[in-house]
Amino acid sequence: MGYSFMGYKRPDGRYGSRNLVAVIPSVICANDVGQAICRQVQGTVGFFHHQGCCQLPLDLRRVTDTLISLGKGPNVAAVLVVSLGCEGTDTDRLVREIEATGKPVKKIAIQELGGTSCAIKAGIDAAQELAMYASGLQREPADISNVVMSIKCGASDTTSGMASNCVIGYVADKMVDLGATVVFGETTEFLGGEHILANRAVGGPDGPVGCKIYDIVKKMEDRAKSIGEDMRGGQPTPGNIAGGLSSIEEKSLGAIVKSGHRPIQGVLEYPQFVENEKGLWIKDTPGREPEILTGMAATGAQFMLFSTGRGAPQGFPSMPVIKICGNPNTYEHLKHDMDLNAGRIITGEASIEEVGEEAFRKLLAVLNGEMTRNESLSYFGSMDIFCLGPVI
Amino acid sequence: MAGPALNIALKVDEKDNVSTIFSNNSTAGSEVTVRDKKGHTQVITLLSSVPYGHKIAIRDIKKGEHIIKYGESIGAATVDIPCGEYVHVHNMEALRGRGDL
Repeated sequence: MGYSFMGYKRPDGRYGSRNLVAVIPSVICANDVGQAICRQVQGTVGFFHHQGCCQLPLDLRRVTDTLISLGKGPNVAAVLVVSLGCEGTDTDRLVREIEATGKPVKKIAIQELGGTSCAIKAGIDAAQELAMYASGLQREPADISNVVMSIKCGASDTTSGMASNCVIGYVADKMVDLGATVVFGETTEFLGGEHILANRAVGGPDGPVGCKIYDIVKKMEDRAKSIGEDMRGGQPTPGNIAGGLSSIEEKSLGAIVKSGHRPIQGVLEYPQFVENEKGLWIKDTPGREPEILTGMAATGAQFMLFSTGRGAPQGFPSMPVIKICGNPNTYEHLKHDMDLNAGRIITGEASIEEVGEEAFRKLLAVLNGEMTRNESLSYFGSMDIFCLGPVI
Repeated sequence: MAGPALNIALKVDEKDNVSTIFSNNSTAGSEVTVRDKKGHTQVITLLSSVPYGHKIAIRDIKKGEHIIKYGESIGAATVDIPCGEYVHVHNMEALRGRGDL
């Protein structure tokens, strides 16, 4: 059976679940101007990151690429780029590549316009035009195969691996079977479970995808070693053992289970935008929320399924985040931040499949425009871009 | 009996030979209802007391056999483990990331 949702069709043929004007500072130094513009103009959101200058060229390219991917995202109707004028990112390429998708893009530059107050005025005028344009767009039917779904777990506890992550795994399989794209990350959590993921790689563990999976885990471990730390030391931790985890395999699997059981098609780089890739993909990201949510929004994901046990409240400016809580006590306690109660699996009131179907109905509603809890509370201000090198 | 059973354990994959207990009253001799992904159940009598969030064998596991959870190996049994027994670091061992293998 096919499923569809009502989305905003973009000039490049993608469908958004939201219809936002993105204010994109090309560098941290432009954030205050961007924030003033967002406070004034309805329908805008800002990507207030902390990068874009005094970084090595590789990271500056990475920041530019990530901002481009965020601007290309289907939930973004139009873009206002806020430049300082002397930043290290490539602002012209940022504008050009987002414009290539056909969506309206405007740019202001603080130094050129005569400083903060002049830039704020020009920015408000520009953002207002873009917001007026976006407000006239209508939703239209789209097949679910147009969806890119991102997944993550955070503020986990002992219920995560047994309830909420299993629910996400069930939905991930269903979305892949319906022709959609599913992206998961958190390379740090693959440790000890690399072989399981590599065995699921298209072409097997020794093929290019399998090798790439081993490679991203090794690079992550090497980065920790380069500052004298061993990621693998003492895994599982004494706290994990007290909580019932008996091996590093078990710990990793508890996280990996949210990716479901379908073959892994490949590994996306952190800034990479999903062009035509379908099926299940890995994105090489850390686990911390601001950086992984940014990386996942940069895939072009229209929403995220987020599993939690302790209760994580945050979202992302342009990507609704559906919180699935595995702990029944946390759900009751943090009801206003949680979207779905997978704790009923733990109490024996519902099966993984039943809550999985409920999560699927929820995601269709969110794609159609229903707010997530984090959106209703505007809890989506923190974001950042994951960089590799030093700040100089 | 109406309502959920007192002692619940979850089995997340058909291939699993262990299941995780979510109850604070899992003492030796008590019965546990093991629920799978579809909600099917099986009742097992505990041979030891098991803390909340820890695992039990849901069939006899021979020494050296893989401990299966999520349908994958999470290690190997270091002794024969009978059905209903507590499974943890005292009777199973990791096969990866432990530095000596």
